[in-house]
Amino acid sequence: MQDIIDKVSELSEQNLYSCYQCGKCSGGCPSVSEMDLLPNQVIRLLQLGMPDDASNANTMWICASCFTCTVRCPKGVDIAKVMEALRQISLRKNVDYVEVREISAKEISILPQIALVSNFRKQTA
Amino acid sequence: MKLSYYPGCTLKTNAKNFEDSAIAVLKTLGVELVELPRWNCCGTVYSLASDDLIHKLAPIRNLIRVKEQGEDRLVTLCAMCYNTLKRANIFVKKDKESRDKMNDLMDREKINYEGDVKVFHILELLRDEIGFDEIGKKVKRKFNGFKVAPYYGCLLLRPEEAGIDDMENPTLLENLFNSLGVETVDFPYKNECCGAYQTVNKVDLVVQRTYTIINYAKKLGADMVVTSCPLCEFNLDRRQEEVKKKFPDFEGLPVLYFTQIMGLAFGLDKKSLRFDLNYINPEPLLKDKKLL
Ligand code: SF4
Ligand code: SF4
Repeated sequence: MQDIIDKVSELSEQNLYSCYQCGKCSGGCPSVSEMDLLPNQVIRLLQLGMPDDASNANTMWICASCFTCTVRCPKGVDIAKVMEALRQISLRKNVDYVEVREISAKEISILPQIALVSNFRKQTA
Repeated sequence: MKLSYYPGCTLKTNAKNFEDSAIAVLKTLGVELVELPRWNCCGTVYSLASDDLIHKLAPIRNLIRVKEQGEDRLVTLCAMCYNTLKRANIFVKKDKESRDKMNDLMDREKINYEGDVKVFHILELLRDEIGFDEIGKKVKRKFNGFKVAPYYGCLLLRPEEAGIDDMENPTLLENLFNSLGVETVDFPYKNECCGAYQTVNKVDLVVQRTYTIINYAKKLGADMVVTSCPLCEFNLDRRQEEVKKKFPDFEGLPVLYFTQIMGLAFGLDKKSLRFDLNYINPEPLLKDKKLL
């Protein structure tokens, strides 16, 4: 367990223990209504040595990298980077989160490239 | 004034209305955009993982192209490209060890990149170099009883190192519109995320956002929402089709790029403003307001 937590710290370059659970990140996150766990709860589980519970939640996949939490955290924790580290640890097992073949031809024809490329960068291995 | 310009992929397709209107508006202001030769996709998102150098090569290669032109500045229109290029540049400038590694990886490039190209956004050009007073002098058409809700999205404001204005209460677009004689509503959702790339596999999430954002703009009395990011434009405009299916009472609003509004104010030819590419057709409203 500790090695996963070390990996999150290394990839995100964040000290997870500086978070004091004020909840400001979750208060401003526009995506919380869809999330299994709030962003601050994800950090708390990492602090408590429970990385599996943190990454089994859909939170990192709902996150849209909007950086609202990042710019508001009073302790300077870049939560968007923590979410990215969790996604990367999962994707680096060579498992896609988005199934590219399931996107319909109509959607492919209307979606802008920036939507497709960014989505695949964030959610495919 | 001539400026090196990075379009990025979407400005050549879905957001051609943004590119064409920006080129026409800047021409009126005496600025010529010179498209960078051999530009490549910037990757659209800045790599956040500390060990991920390889995805930082794409934006940096574009900055090498700028140096090859003998230039030291690069202007962008797309907010995502702006953010990615800007942050990659800040990264290589700060981190010499990674910079050396990246230059080694790009050993076929003739230039060793040192982080010395200034990446900036067209809105910074308008505010800081041309100035709103100058812009105001070019206005030919009066807007009467017409209000817009300015929408910034995320990537022009956050994170702080890439922000072009106050992160929590930006006023750049409001000041621009006021110089054009266009009224703005005080829009609390102006810097709230539209759902971004979740539009590919979580359409419902974006539908919910678009519903909230557009409805609130309407409630405040706005005639349209005006944005500057092609992904925000897609989500707020094109996704209204899905919003209507889910919320039958939804009436919707047109969504335009700020450069299209500038073009209207300057009295430019409709052809260069490309309203045909906006999903919700703004022309009936513009005719109603005697702007077309
Ligand atoms: S805002 Fe920062 S300190 Fe507060 S709960 Fe979130 S990560 Fe922790
Ligand atoms: S970056 Fe992700 S976690 Fe943070 S506020 Fe935005 S959506 Fe929420």
